[in-house]
Amino acid sequence: MQPSLVRTPLAAVEWVGRQTAKFGNEVGYASALLFESLYWLLLGHWRNQPVRVSAIFTEAVEVGVRAIPIVCIACFATGTMLAMQGIHTLRQFGADSQVVVGIAYSVSREFAPLITGIFVAGRSGSAVAARIGTMTVSQEIDALLVIGVNPVRYLVAPLLIALMFTMPCLTVLANLVAMLGGALYCLAALGMPLEVFFDRSFAALTTGDVLGGIYKSIAFAMLIAIIGAVNGFQVKSGAEGVGRATTRSVVLCIVSIILADMLFTGFLSR
Amino acid sequence: MVLPETPAIEISKLVSHYGDRKILHEIDMTVAQGEIMVIMGGSGSGKSTLLRHLLGLNRPTSGSVKLLGQDITRISAQEMFALRRQMGVSFQGGALFNSMSVAENVALPLREHTELDENTIQIMARMKLEVVNLNGFEDLMPGELSGGMLKRAALARAIALDPRLLFFDEPSAGLDPVASVELDELILNLQEAMGMSIVVVTHELESAFKIADRITVLDQGHILLTGSVEEVRGSDHPRIVSLLQRQPRHDEVDGDAYLQRLTRELA
Repeated sequence: MQPSLVRTPLAAVEWVGRQTAKFGNEVGYASALLFESLYWLLLGHWRNQPVRVSAIFTEAVEVGVRAIPIVCIACFATGTMLAMQGIHTLRQFGADSQVVVGIAYSVSREFAPLITGIFVAGRSGSAVAARIGTMTVSQEIDALLVIGVNPVRYLVAPLLIALMFTMPCLTVLANLVAMLGGALYCLAALGMPLEVFFDRSFAALTTGDVLGGIYKSIAFAMLIAIIGAVNGFQVKSGAEGVGRATTRSVVLCIVSIILADMLFTGFLSR
Repeated sequence: MVLPETPAIEISKLVSHYGDRKILHEIDMTVAQGEIMVIMGGSGSGKSTLLRHLLGLNRPTSGSVKLLGQDITRISAQEMFALRRQMGVSFQGGALFNSMSVAENVALPLREHTELDENTIQIMARMKLEVVNLNGFEDLMPGELSGGMLKRAALARAIALDPRLLFFDEPSAGLDPVASVELDELILNLQEAMGMSIVVVTHELESAFKIADRITVLDQGHILLTGSVEEVRGSDHPRIVSLLQRQPRHDEVDGDAYLQRLTRELA
């Protein structure tokens, strides 16, 4: 930021304007990247730019399968915490066994997709930005271009589709693990058998609740892939640039996931 | 098919800007088929930018760049893709894909441009590594190679499709004198064996004089001279003389401009 910008109110307006223009620019670039990825996924095969199935599977293992342990740990803990807080709150009304419904709803509609999104963003949002950023700095992107390989098709499209498939799967897994966490705490605190917990949960939940969470996770997958790639491609200089892009990517991924989650919840629960 | 008399490369009136700054001023250059052209110049001369235009990585402000008779500023993506098959590039730092083994790097152009089966691709990748004396290193990762080996592996990838045009960015940068001379030998041998046209961008005089058929000297976005090694050596242009004798440039100091540079954006 230039020092002269904060001196006068007019300069402040100018600063806001410039930042807004920059933001608009970046959103435009991100949309273009998303459409280009989808374009190659659909038509690449006929344009000499096929998106290879093997590349999709490699990415799916990297961003999806390898994320299973950490998503499980985080969601198990979240489920347990929800049970603790729920029982604590509901005890005041003498309704502590009603905690089951609360956990089932909040996990499937909110926490499973959100926690999964945040953890995948932390793992992959940074990794994607770092990888593409490093490749930009070391001229590997140029090398791809001169070989005739479109970098978006080669690097972004497989990642996008891999995330869009694995995130919903991870979310389903997260649902089950978080409910298991809640169930185990209820067993310990209320002596409620596991099968009673799960019977009541499944009786309360509708397909819509679970599907809502899954739709969210698909949106989060797109956000992570595109924000990671945008930050990676924007790296101009050296190792410091890569570091900054990585940090920025993770922060933007998580913020946008939470904002998108809020919007989604607003629309879905109307 | 490209006629034998068509120049391999024909640049005319190429103008390029970086932001508001003009980097290249109406560059004209031709490279004949089978010729080794060295583009020489100091840092900031615009030689890297010129190379990026030749590779179709930058869009010029105006002018045309014809490779093998096709103007790459106008042709379609499909035509450019076909033309890419005829081009090989060896980047300054090698630019090997770090996540792939050396053999996978060399195989990538073959995978993208041909329908060959896996075994054939493997064999061809090994053949190319053999050409650059890297047999036995195919399973190493780029991070495990020395500087000279990296450049040779990059060269193997560049010639994977037997290109008609080969581009080198600073082949001797970062190499010890022996490795540098070996690479020069390799470039000459390749040209003799495969007959491709080669463009080398460098600031190394020795290497330039050794491999060049003709040299283009670039300075601050202008071509000072295009000619044979003898012509460049014999030139009495002050900037070329200072480049050859490694003298610092002595630009005249403009007092007013100097004062303006120091005080700009203060008021």
